[in-house]
Amino acid sequence: MKLSRRSFLRAAGVTGSAALGTASLARAGSADARGENESAMLVDTTLCAGCRGCEAACAEANALAPPSPELDVRKTRRDTGPEAFTVVNGFAGGGAHGEDRFAKRQCMHCIAPACASACPVRALDKQPGGPVIYRGERCMGCRYCMVACPFEIPKYQYDRLAPLVRKCTFCAQRQAEGKKPACAEVCPTGALMFGKRGSLLELAKGRVYRNPEKYAHRVYGEHEAGGTDWLYISDVPFETLAMPSVRDEPYPDKVQGALGAPPFVMTLWPPLLMGVYAFSKRRDEVARAAAGHTPGGGGGAGGGAPGSKDGKAGGRHA
Amino acid sequence: MAKPGAAMLSKGSWFREKILMGMDGRSYLRSLLTPFNLVVVAILAVGLPVIVHRFTAGLAATTRLSQVQPWGLWIGFDMMTGIVLAAGGFTISAAVHLFGMHEYRPIVRPAILTAFIGYLLAVFGLLTDLGKPWNIVMAIRYQGSASALFEVAWCVMMYTTVLLLEFLLPAFEWLGWRRAHETLMKSMLGLTVLSVVFSTMHQSALGSLFLIAPAKLHPLWYSPYIFIFFFVSAIAAGVSMLVVEGALSHRVFRHRITGAHADMDRLQLGLGKAGAIVLFAYFFLKLQGVAEGRHWDLLFTGWGAWFLVEIVGFVLVPSFLYGYGARHGKLGFVRAGAVMTVVGIVLNRLNVSIIAYNWNRPNHYVPSWMEIAVSLTLVTLGVVAFRWIANRMPILSEDPRFAAEEEPSGMQRPGSGRHFGLAAAGGAALVPVAMDAEQADLPIRGTARSR
Repeated sequence: MKLSRRSFLRAAGVTGSAALGTASLARAGSADARGENESAMLVDTTLCAGCRGCEAACAEANALAPPSPELDVRKTRRDTGPEAFTVVNGFAGGGAHGEDRFAKRQCMHCIAPACASACPVRALDKQPGGPVIYRGERCMGCRYCMVACPFEIPKYQYDRLAPLVRKCTFCAQRQAEGKKPACAEVCPTGALMFGKRGSLLELAKGRVYRNPEKYAHRVYGEHEAGGTDWLYISDVPFETLAMPSVRDEPYPDKVQGALGAPPFVMTLWPPLLMGVYAFSKRRDEVARAAAGHTPGGGGGAGGGAPGSKDGKAGGRHA
Repeated sequence: MAKPGAAMLSKGSWFREKILMGMDGRSYLRSLLTPFNLVVVAILAVGLPVIVHRFTAGLAATTRLSQVQPWGLWIGFDMMTGIVLAAGGFTISAAVHLFGMHEYRPIVRPAILTAFIGYLLAVFGLLTDLGKPWNIVMAIRYQGSASALFEVAWCVMMYTTVLLLEFLLPAFEWLGWRRAHETLMKSMLGLTVLSVVFSTMHQSALGSLFLIAPAKLHPLWYSPYIFIFFFVSAIAAGVSMLVVEGALSHRVFRHRITGAHADMDRLQLGLGKAGAIVLFAYFFLKLQGVAEGRHWDLLFTGWGAWFLVEIVGFVLVPSFLYGYGARHGKLGFVRAGAVMTVVGIVLNRLNVSIIAYNWNRPNHYVPSWMEIAVSLTLVTLGVVAFRWIANRMPILSEDPRFAAEEEPSGMQRPGSGRHFGLAAAGGAALVPVAMDAEQADLPIRGTARSR
């Protein structure tokens, strides 16, 4: 599908070849369809103490408003927002043995992100290394990314006059400098582990398999939305931690069928329509002849004026 | 009025003839004092300041959009509805210029003007809704070609351009620009083909937009085939708008209509037949969507009832009204069917984009009064623009001075229904087939421009 879509664009003369060269879509051109070499994060919720140090570090690294220092905020369910790329929600007595459990929420950095596929200007874009980044300078603010994201992560600055979409960037800048994301850097308990997706997934499964009585038999993010770079393991069902239930297939795939249609419409409609037009014109001519008009005179008072819209028919009549 | 514009207003001047419709300044102003215009002024007096407020205070100050409801009335109504109700433009110009149904020629121009204005309003509504509208040009530079919205954006740009060119034809007649008019005439066929191509793509792409949100849109409305539903319903909406428009403009612009429009009632009956068939097909397509998703059980829920209101009350019922009216020559039924279809398609677009979106969430979005005011203002501006143009330019009847250049119509086309069967492969073909069948039933001699 991808190929035909590109050739559609080329055929439409919509785009230069230079732009096409860089138009690497969600998963296009990546042999790493399962994101094994993408940078990733494993969240072991059984290790999280709910200190919210990650929230503070995130705010600092991204120049956001500092989060409230009160630990009580964990008691109410919070959502990420334009000024909070990550939040830690508490679930009192949520653990397998009645312990408190915490779940950090942020962008999941899908391998095939719905938001990036939805963005008409590729302001949201998947970097080959993993992070789904945002280029605010080209964003027009259509908010289709917010419609598309199954995790409802992109948030919008409705109160600004030049608003931006806001979400976790996986500290792409820090990663480029060889550093860990800020949240992982400060996590004191090892609940956040930064690495490559392939090895983190093995590590996660290893923990689950070796402690089957402790962990829920599932790695959240392994299959969700076709796989995400953020992976979670837990000792309780993920529903308890209010993790959204999301379908397994990559979301961009849902649109591919419909988006494959334009090349066919553009190549098939014109000849089909012109064929019908030829029919109808011929029919008119026959009818005109049958009605006793001389064909050339059918044009009426116009004399030399073309008899038909395409300006050629008149010549043919004569 | 005897101020700087005195020369402009002198008798016989271009301005007076073309803009003031031959009246002097004072009587023109007096002619503006109508109840209709008072309503217009009242709406604009509220709406225009709200639009200014939107751009000076932001979206949060004017809308009830939220982090979970990124699209509201301006997308759901202005964009979705503005575009679908403009479908009459490509439907009828294809029927006349490509399928050779010359008898429908008198309604091509009003349909194209409506479509053009509809698109402009949709674009304006979109600009109001976008957070950074000035960045809309970025879609040309950075192609997010995996996005349905990218397809929508391109097709809207392309088709608005095509509509502008099609609209320029009567505008050139109005201005008396013969050369430009001739050139444009020669490209009409190509423009018509383009209008069908772009409309096919982006009427359906508006539906494709929601393919990526399977969990957010109620399963009765979500379907992998939603883009086909959108396209077929656009044709139904287009045909219905032609009927509604025809009925309205017949009443409102009586003075502008010359003998050419005597057949208007007949044309509407023909459109009624087309509407009946397209709506009937659309109804079964929608049922097929339910069957394909195995959602029959959902029909017995509250949302199911609402869904049935839409597809029975506003699709099946108008289909029968159309059919009955067309068969028995009852114009009232056809017109009622048309109004119901238009309401039904608007309802469908609102259901998909607003009402059944986030259906499983508490605190459902309800538009603010300011959002409604802006939408109402845009519609009002559209009506005013249509009136202004139709009162001046040769929209409702072609300018006789240019008629010679145009195609000789008035041809009776015997037994042509069979030919159209060949073209029935595409949805667009449904309409000409139906309208042609009508011709076979009622052998109408001559057409709009028979001499």
